[in-house]
Amino acid sequence: MSGPSDYQPTNPALKWIERRLPILGLMHSSFVAYPTPRNLNYWWTFGAILSMMLALQIVTGVIMAMHYTPHVDMAFKSVESIVRDVNYGWLLRNMHASGASMFFIAVYIHMFRGLYYGSYKEPREILWILGVIIYLLMMATGFMGYVLPWGQMSFWGDTVITNLFSAIPYVGDSIVTLLWGGYSVGNPTLNRFFSLHYLLPFVIAGVVVLHVWALHVAGQNNPAGVEPKTEKDTVPFTPYATMKDAFGVSCFLLFFAWFIFYMPNYLGDAENYIPANPGVTPAHIVPEWYYLPFYAILRSIPDKLAGVVAMFGAILILAFLPWLDSAKTKSSKYRPLAKQFFWIFVVVCLLLGWLGGKPAEGIYVIAGRVLTFCYFAYFLIVLPVLSRIETPRPVPNSIADDVLAKTGSKSTPMVSSVIALAVAGALFAGSVQDARAAEGQEIPPSQKWSFAGPFGTFDRGALQRGLKVYKEVCASCHSLSYVAFRNLADAGGPGFSPAQAAAFAAEYQIKDGPNDAGDMFERPGRPADYFPSPFPNEQAARAANGGAYPPDLSLINKARSYPRGFPMFIVDLFTQFQEQGPNYVSALMQGYVETPPAGFALPEGSYYNKYFPGHAIKMPNPLSDGQVTYDDGSPATVAQYSKDVTTFLMWTAEPHMEARKKLGLQVFVFLILLTGLLYFTKKKIWADAH
Amino acid sequence: MTTASSPDHPTRRDFLFVATGSVAAVGAAAALVPLVLQMNPDASTIAAGAPIEVDLTPIAEGQDIKVFWRGKPIFVSHRTKKQIEDARNVTVASLPDPESDDARVKPGKDQWLVVIGICTHLGCIPIAHEGQYDGFFCPCHGSVYDTSGRIRSGPAPTNLPVPPYQFVSDTKIQIG
Repeated sequence: MSGPSDYQPTNPALKWIERRLPILGLMHSSFVAYPTPRNLNYWWTFGAILSMMLALQIVTGVIMAMHYTPHVDMAFKSVESIVRDVNYGWLLRNMHASGASMFFIAVYIHMFRGLYYGSYKEPREILWILGVIIYLLMMATGFMGYVLPWGQMSFWGDTVITNLFSAIPYVGDSIVTLLWGGYSVGNPTLNRFFSLHYLLPFVIAGVVVLHVWALHVAGQNNPAGVEPKTEKDTVPFTPYATMKDAFGVSCFLLFFAWFIFYMPNYLGDAENYIPANPGVTPAHIVPEWYYLPFYAILRSIPDKLAGVVAMFGAILILAFLPWLDSAKTKSSKYRPLAKQFFWIFVVVCLLLGWLGGKPAEGIYVIAGRVLTFCYFAYFLIVLPVLSRIETPRPVPNSIADDVLAKTGSKSTPMVSSVIALAVAGALFAGSVQDARAAEGQEIPPSQKWSFAGPFGTFDRGALQRGLKVYKEVCASCHSLSYVAFRNLADAGGPGFSPAQAAAFAAEYQIKDGPNDAGDMFERPGRPADYFPSPFPNEQAARAANGGAYPPDLSLINKARSYPRGFPMFIVDLFTQFQEQGPNYVSALMQGYVETPPAGFALPEGSYYNKYFPGHAIKMPNPLSDGQVTYDDGSPATVAQYSKDVTTFLMWTAEPHMEARKKLGLQVFVFLILLTGLLYFTKKKIWADAH
Repeated sequence: MTTASSPDHPTRRDFLFVATGSVAAVGAAAALVPLVLQMNPDASTIAAGAPIEVDLTPIAEGQDIKVFWRGKPIFVSHRTKKQIEDARNVTVASLPDPESDDARVKPGKDQWLVVIGICTHLGCIPIAHEGQYDGFFCPCHGSVYDTSGRIRSGPAPTNLPVPPYQFVSDTKIQIG
């Protein structure tokens, strides 16, 4: 992509092709001979990391589309069947869902790098603007992808975001109707979002080609911000940049794998494990963490239209950056003032993200306004003024000089900034949980679970006892729709033999039909059948339970959470703590109090529970000592019942957890080996370049 | 430094490059496994392919029914005496796909023919009681099967396959 190639193949077949389609020459000049500044640091490997993430998202996404059903009645279930039934479906889904977050982490680092080193300045304006377009497309794609599982956050996120367009004067409502394809968010919306979510990544890939083209015409910027002048300033892309990128990618994969195999739900929202319900809005609507700064800007403006304009403006202003900052010196390394303001701006963005996850009230609103002002001031006041008044330090004569000057002073700042960024990122992500600052809910005590931690496994005895408790107690009101009898014999489950699972199934009567006469009939259950629901429909369930709908229990342990608060959620990232659901469910079983505290008005037909949000729960205390008989001598106490049934429900929520952690260990051993090898290979290759 | 390598004297540097390349290649190959295996039938499909039971009592002599097992149509024919005789009065060696009628039914249950109703040519469903042998006739490309489901003429290469099945009682079979 940088002018005519001097690539001369010797193989006759390649020669024949090259004369007709010079694609090999193009590849050679773009990715082999292409001169790259020799002083690039690891922040420059994020371009390669982003390319890999785009490819991974497309591959896993295309595969998931083979199994996904874009229909309001089936979308949630089809995602669950991907995770439960499709071979390695849990892996592909975790990769795709955490992959979106990884993609944004990488793109934010990539953008801040461009900002710091002035990569948007002449002659790279179009390169930068193409990047802003890619970022916008990524946001649209990420948002539409989040809608597809059709959970509560999918549905309400969709509703809120599409409603942004209703702020447009005169035509807003018509546009929203057009987006929905109906009078509200519904099946047509889901269908078109699926179509567009499939399309946009390929549009992104197309713009990425333009982005790389523009990059190869202008050449890469570099930490010194001076253009290469002689051959001494550059090294060929292959093997130098290729190996450095490969090492960077491998390190990033290690980080990525931590989430795929050990913390798959850390970056997600528990609420999205509840199927979409157009009648109930979750108490705290929070977008995915990567939209939070813009969400904070939206909320800090009291006017609807102005808020929407500010939010989109906050992104679009990036496109004008090359002209807002007209300083001649590119790299902030040589701009003492710009450098300080850059870090202040980073902090402003992080704080905005943190605020985006907070409820919009009190001090948060004021802080949001101040920070929104700071955000825009950076672009509209600080940068234009600095480019006129700042006296930059002298830049090196050439890249080669810069490299020579640096030998000796190793790149410790890089390490510390990576750590700082990791902590800041976790803070950011954790603030999503913070948003659910539960009113009137006591934090359940943390319990010891056999399935916790990187080597955790399910206690088979507890699973079998828990199944008994579910069958004899919970099943009279709660369904378990996503679990089939055959699952009882699955590896990593309660350890039934296929014959035992079949016998267990045969104890149930399953509705089947119609038969030849057109009638429905009942027959004994088979392993392929799912646990039957106690009520034929939601209305019947509500009618029998005083208006409350006993939730399906298959996913309950992933659908319930509570805020961990700062700094615990950062610690959790390292300790892999993710047992909020089990802690809550188990505590709820034991949280009934006979007499509510004085002054608490308990509504008719409700019971007081210490751990239920709002305390008034419609479910009567389900467990009492001795209620279920255990055959294995375990104590027949409420505490034991709760623990067992919660363990069982953790398995129903995450049936492949053991396989996930086992494969995770193998992947980690492999990736550490590969990363080590790549490090030494890279070092050897670069040995003669330094 | 003596890092210049030649084919006779591989250096530590060469070893490192080969090792890194091999490990990366192994990783890439391993990563392909889940990407390909996800296309195989998923657990619910496999579970739904469990054996089925078919009650034979409603099928009168000379009639046949079509049931589905693993998404395939299975013909269950209650053959008449004449149909059985027709099937047996042929020189087995003269058939395109030689197989005796005995081998295609269960011993003592000559009247019951159970075959997968998918033409072995290109997968169309043949029509029962059609064709010159009163067996099956495939309308797509004109393959003709006899009362034992054996190919007699037309482009199909082999007989209609017999699915795995067994009699669980005199009037009930389990397919699969």
